[in-house]
This record gives sequence, C-alpha cells and structure tokens, in this order.
Amino acid sequence: MIRNLFAAALLAALCAGLITAAIQHFRVTPLILHAETFEGEGGHSHGAEAVAADHDHAAGTPEHEHDAVAATEAEPEEWAPADGFERTAYTTLATVLAAAGFALVIGAVSMFAGLPITFANGFLWGIAGFVTFSLAPAYGLAPELPGMPAADLFARQVWWVGTALATGAACLLLARTRAGWAFAVAIALVAIPHIIGAPAAPDKPSAVPAHLATEFAAITLGTSLVFWLILGTIFGKLNDVFAGRSATIPAGATA
Amino acid sequence: MNTTTASTGLQSLSISQRIIAGSLALLLGLTLLVGTGFAGDFRLHNGAHDTRHAMGFPCH
Repeated sequence: MIRNLFAAALLAALCAGLITAAIQHFRVTPLILHAETFEGEGGHSHGAEAVAADHDHAAGTPEHEHDAVAATEAEPEEWAPADGFERTAYTTLATVLAAAGFALVIGAVSMFAGLPITFANGFLWGIAGFVTFSLAPAYGLAPELPGMPAADLFARQVWWVGTALATGAACLLLARTRAGWAFAVAIALVAIPHIIGAPAAPDKPSAVPAHLATEFAAITLGTSLVFWLILGTIFGKLNDVFAGRSATIPAGATA
Repeated sequence: MNTTTASTGLQSLSISQRIIAGSLALLLGLTLLVGTGFAGDFRLHNGAHDTRHAMGFPCH
C-alpha cells in the first residue's frame, strides 16, 4: 500500500522530471547562460565564477570577500558544477529530485484528504499543482534570471511558501466541497498573499535585457505547466495500474 | 472506507494506513523540495541553481 504510493510517485516524478529537464536544457538553461553574460563585473555570476557585489546570500551566511577577478579560469571559491555536461547533469538530477518532492507532497495530500489521484483526475491534480507551486508564486515573484534585482532571499522564500500553502489549501477545499462558503474561503486564501504582497525588488536597473526576462518568464511558466500535467497524469495512471493489480476487481476502464 | 472491493488503491486503505503513508511521503517530499529549492548551503544551491531558476523557486 505504502509501497504503491511511493512507487507511483517516484516513477511519475522520474518521467515528468526527465521530460522537464530536457525542455529546460533546450529552452530554459540557454536563457540563464545568456543572462549571466550580461552581469559583467560586479554582477552575480553562476557559482564558481563570482558571487559578487549585489549577490544576496541565504540568511546566516557570514560576511566574506568575493574575488572580483574571478573569470572562468580562476580558482573556484566555492564548488559549482562546471559548465557543459556536469552542469546539465546536476540540473537534470535536481529537477528529477524536485519532481519527486512535488510528487510525494501531492501524494501525501491525496492520502490525508482522502482524494485519490487517478488517470481520470490526474490532469486536475496537475493543474492544481501548477497553480499552487508555479502560477500563484510567480504572480508575486516573477520568474527571475540571474542578474535581476530581487528582494531579500529569505523574505521571498517565506512569501513563496506561504503563497503555495494558501493556494494549495484553496484548491484542496474546492476539491472537497463546492459549497458557497468554500468558494468565499478559497478566494480569500488565494487573494490574501497577494494583498499582503510579495517582497518588492529594489528599484535598481536590471542587468538583464527585458526581452530575455519576459521570454524566460513565459517559458518557465509554460514548462512548469507541462511538468505538472505530465506528473499528475502519469501519477494517476500508475495509481490506477497498481490499484488494479492489488484489488480483486480491477480498476474501471481508464482509457 | 475498507468495505468490499475498492476501485482505487486509496479507498482500500484504512485511516491509519493513509496517515502513515501520507506522513512518510510528506516528510521525504518536503526534504527533497527543501534540498533542491530552498537550502542555503552553497553546494546544494550551485548544484540545483538552474533548476531553482527554471522551477520558479526564489534564488540568490
């Protein structure tokens, strides 16, 4: 039983994660690499190259010096995957692991709420996941490229998590009941994070050209939608298959 | 919940089975998401850097 949940979640995450990583490799990462070329001296570059001037570290990172020389050949100050195969491999791995994380979280929600994820409703789970974890957070914190000015990292993470929780709760509520009060509560849950407002980026010029940033925002949101629809659909299909195998009467037709 | 034959796996589970399965999944899932999307450690940050940007996690 528990094994079925984990097997379905992880297999679905592997499929969705690998497809998403492929899209990222061809459509998303080139934009990140392109954006990094605009940062120049003083901007943030990826990992080993420089973590300079206006780079915001996670809360708790001690004060430290960054070497401004730091070209690609410079001695790395901190580990980062080398550009090329290694970076792609790490991105693919991270995307698959994040996919597994999302799959297990919606699997847990399904268990707690008593709402099965099936082939029939997997598409809706996917849409709910997209709205909860991609669209609603992006509504306040637009997908960012390296080099774009942004507010304090921890404040943004807190807002991101709070928005996902509130939006997810709204989706769950509407999945359980369509009563009038539920719509009112769901609308409030969705709206409140945006009324509070995401941490505002400092009013600084962006190092990244606008056309790159808009392209990135559109492509990452589109890719996230594809990811979530694949994840929800495959997760549901596998749940049906595993349930059909263990139940005395197989699951209903799902084609 | 555990009456007759189930049409899906979930409906054949008892409440306690669902809570155990859900808790384990939530724990592992959140660990993976924190590790890939939120952790401040520079190795995790740099390794997952492009994924964080691509998936819309706050980064930098």
